[in-house]
Amino acid sequence: MTPNNTVVQAPPANDKRLRLLEATMKRHQYRPDALIEVLHRAQELFGYLDIKLLLHIAQRLKLPPSQVYGVATFYHFFSLAPKGVHSCVVCMGTACYVKQAAQLLSFLEKETGIQVGETTSDGQLSLMTARCLGACGIAPTVVFDDQLEGHQTVESVGERLNTCLGVEA
Amino acid sequence: MSVKTLTIDNQLISAREGETVLETARNANIGIPTLCHLEGLSTVGACRLCLVEVEGVSKLLPACVTVVQEGMMIQTHTERLQHYRRMIVELLLAEGNHVCAVCVSNGNCELQDLAVEMGIDHVDLTYQFPDRKVDISHARFGIDHNRCVLCTRCIRVCDEVEGAHTWDMAGRGHTAHVISDLNQPWGEASSCTSCGKCVNACPTGALFHRGSTVGEMQHEREQLSFIMTARQQQQWVR
Repeated sequence: MTPNNTVVQAPPANDKRLRLLEATMKRHQYRPDALIEVLHRAQELFGYLDIKLLLHIAQRLKLPPSQVYGVATFYHFFSLAPKGVHSCVVCMGTACYVKQAAQLLSFLEKETGIQVGETTSDGQLSLMTARCLGACGIAPTVVFDDQLEGHQTVESVGERLNTCLGVEA
Repeated sequence: MSVKTLTIDNQLISAREGETVLETARNANIGIPTLCHLEGLSTVGACRLCLVEVEGVSKLLPACVTVVQEGMMIQTHTERLQHYRRMIVELLLAEGNHVCAVCVSNGNCELQDLAVEMGIDHVDLTYQFPDRKVDISHARFGIDHNRCVLCTRCIRVCDEVEGAHTWDMAGRGHTAHVISDLNQPWGEASSCTSCGKCVNACPTGALFHRGSTVGEMQHEREQLSFIMTARQQQQWVR
């Protein structure tokens, strides 16, 4: 059996983020059941979980690669593709939903040309949804780059999207 | 070893301590349908086909993971259970793309057998027609995700018997699917030993020998049960 690393190269060992990840794994004594904590840390450090990074974690924690991939794809929190520079999260909670959040989302999807959960091809924007942000009083809400905006309409959300992306309207 | 006495379908039956309801019922020739259960593998209780009614318990219990207790009163074929079982099989048929007429396992398929047994000649639910892939990158075997019922038998046999853990489940909900290694094509999955146990464990035609055509694919369950019990019972010759 050829070892896996001949097929997929692990990230370079001199990467500082890798050393930080190694420290996290060491703190958990490389226990296989610390997989989720390690994946959390890896996503925090790298922004997303690259396939090579998953293989690296699998080897260090002595887990089958398929199991690591399975866990990483089961939870919505983990992303296997790089996130955009800017982010836009539409709240789809009950209050926002009755205040036409779905229309806002479909407008944003049409405007950006991507589906929810995707990132634009230039890597500038990621479009996401949230279950509920807990700000139901100012529904419908949209979060642009970690900044919460309430009482959104199709017009205001379009404007806000342009300022977020730095486009002159 | 102590003996437990219980009643299954109004029949007085004695069972060994620690046995499951499914084992006890099968020993007494009472058939309980199953799909995800495979002798010799761990049980997951995922398919819910083996649900039974136990007197004094308001919930339905899966027979494959329920351990027998003294004085249990069990019903395995009430109208309610048969209705649920039929519903489960209908859901499975509607969820994937199960077309028996062009399937390699036509006539040798546990899902098909279940549907026949329950007299399912049509499905009331809306077919989902999901867009699923076929992977024939492996030299000897192929996987057709259209026919997969996500029973996880292949995953368990690969992990528990072969010890390779090539397979696992990725995604969730309607996007859940079986993957080899890091979602690579099967032929490129370096942990695969090409032993073929997963192919023999598959209840449907999802895993098949390459080159087999309609109705040709036969699952060698005997090979599996032989491997699983050879060391335990020291029966080295089939």
